Amino acid sequence: MSRLTDGIALDTKEMRAAYCEALIREARNNGRIIVVDADVSHSVGTEPFYKEFPGRSINCGIMEAHAVGMSAGMSETGLIPFFHAFGVFATRRAFDQIFLSCAYQKLNVKIVGADPGVTAATNGGTHMPFEDIGLMRLIPNSVIIEPADAAMYGAAVSYMVNNYGVHYLRTSRRKTMRIYPDGAEFVIGKANKLADGGDVCIIASGIMVYEALKAADMLADKGIYARVLDMHTIKPLDTAAVEAAARECGAIVTAENHNVTGGLGAAVCEALAETLPVPVERVGVKESFGEVGGQDYLQKRFGLTAEEIVKAAEKCISRKKIQESKK
Amino acid sequence: MDRKTTMKAAAEIRKLCIEELAAAGYGHIGGSMSICDILAVLYTDILDTDPKDPRRPDRDYLILSKGHCGPALYATLAYKGYFDVEELKTLNRGGTSLPSHCDRLKTPGIDLSTGSLGQGLSLGVGVAMGKKIQGVGGRVFVIVGDGELQEGQNWEAVQFIAHNSISNLVIIVDNNKRQLDGYTKDICRTFDYKAKFESFGIHAFEANGHDVCDIYDKLTAAAGTCPAAVIMNTEKGHGCSFSEIPGFNHYMVISREMADQAIAEVDRRLEASL
Repeated sequence: MSRLTDGIALDTKEMRAAYCEALIREARNNGRIIVVDADVSHSVGTEPFYKEFPGRSINCGIMEAHAVGMSAGMSETGLIPFFHAFGVFATRRAFDQIFLSCAYQKLNVKIVGADPGVTAATNGGTHMPFEDIGLMRLIPNSVIIEPADAAMYGAAVSYMVNNYGVHYLRTSRRKTMRIYPDGAEFVIGKANKLADGGDVCIIASGIMVYEALKAADMLADKGIYARVLDMHTIKPLDTAAVEAAARECGAIVTAENHNVTGGLGAAVCEALAETLPVPVERVGVKESFGEVGGQDYLQKRFGLTAEEIVKAAEKCISRKKIQESKK
Repeated sequence: MDRKTTMKAAAEIRKLCIEELAAAGYGHIGGSMSICDILAVLYTDILDTDPKDPRRPDRDYLILSKGHCGPALYATLAYKGYFDVEELKTLNRGGTSLPSHCDRLKTPGIDLSTGSLGQGLSLGVGVAMGKKIQGVGGRVFVIVGDGELQEGQNWEAVQFIAHNSISNLVIIVDNNKRQLDGYTKDICRTFDYKAKFESFGIHAFEANGHDVCDIYDKLTAAAGTCPAAVIMNTEKGHGCSFSEIPGFNHYMVISREMADQAIAEVDRRLEASL
């Protein structure tokens, strides 16, 4: 029997390299793209952009608030700044600047936050964003994208360049499991259906997409068939795909490398509560701060694993059955 | 510049601002009054702007980082013809184009929105960089309050300005020595702002912020020696009889009678000084 995870292996390319290549490709055809860093060009991998476009690269030093405000001012003159920092500092530290200097006055700034959730690993709790999506979701008209692997950067960066507004790209910098083939298509705001079962739907983003596929394989061994959606765009949420999943599967598990409060799970629950409420279980970080450790350790520590998704799916299906028996 | 012309402009701006705040019945009178002379010089003698084409890309930008003093800037913009002076009477009313804090999406002539203190200087740096990168002319002037300089982001921006030798931006400090809760010397001492800016690598000038000639001279000198800052020594509430008080004047309830007396006093003082 073929497995959903067949052929999926650790990418040979780092995510940051794929991101910067995508940005350079866009910048070759668009002179308005500017890179702004807060002393992380080495870490987030924008150095090749500096080499090719020295006049369009600005390393501010360690001053995220200023860097975001300056980006807003640059966008007022027609430029398209991409601001980079670790996710915690890109969002949490500069939140008022993103909110008021950028979004409130309808300017065009792209925020790129590296090291989502447990991928911050040995940088530890101070550097581990479990709340960045929640913060960015609160900003009216924001767009939030979290690629599952390197294949999506072309589509994500192209969208960010060609669509006006405050966009947040939540991006790993290291090698990650390669889910998609080269040339795979992505539409921002449209979930990718990676498996089409009807017993339960697992809606995942980022590194949890691979865990969702593993979980779907494990569930299939038990005769449970899961739909898997890669919800790479957390905002605007693909509510049509969520509603269809509720209608056709009747049980939903969300899986995110983020606090379940304010993140993908919350977004899905909000959408369903207003349309078609069905049992939901949320796999993600619950009332916890980050801490130091290897990524594998931290995934287990915070329950961000295929095993947790399987447990959540079984619980969710049993809740669905109870609900159905009451009808 | 012509001293008398600019002084008359300052008096008109002051009177319009008092009228505007009186129409609302209350407002940020103290910090608005302290910048009227600075705004008069900027819009009469310094800025290359066009009320008929307020978004012209190569214009000079003016960013009022102390955004709560929007009423003074609105009075200036109305005086310059960006919109009808009658609109000043709508300040803070529902649906107005003149909100308490500057909003670039609502008011013709407002270049960037401000209100969360400490953010205007970085916005100005971005505009200055954007102009440089794209080869677009025009300079950027940013007015910050002395109390506002307590916000750390300003000093991030100042470090950036100095390191990058930003040559098309002038920092203007409205050094009115007071903030919402009282005197800066009691809340958080400012020490010597000129020395502070110089220690950060910024050319710093001091001016009497209520002397239009001194304001003009120092702004002109600063614009020619960027990166530069001009510390304008001002008095919070200056030029409006009821707000020239040692007590709380950040925000005042303003009656018609108070406004009428203050406006008459502005005229009387102008005549005496011409």
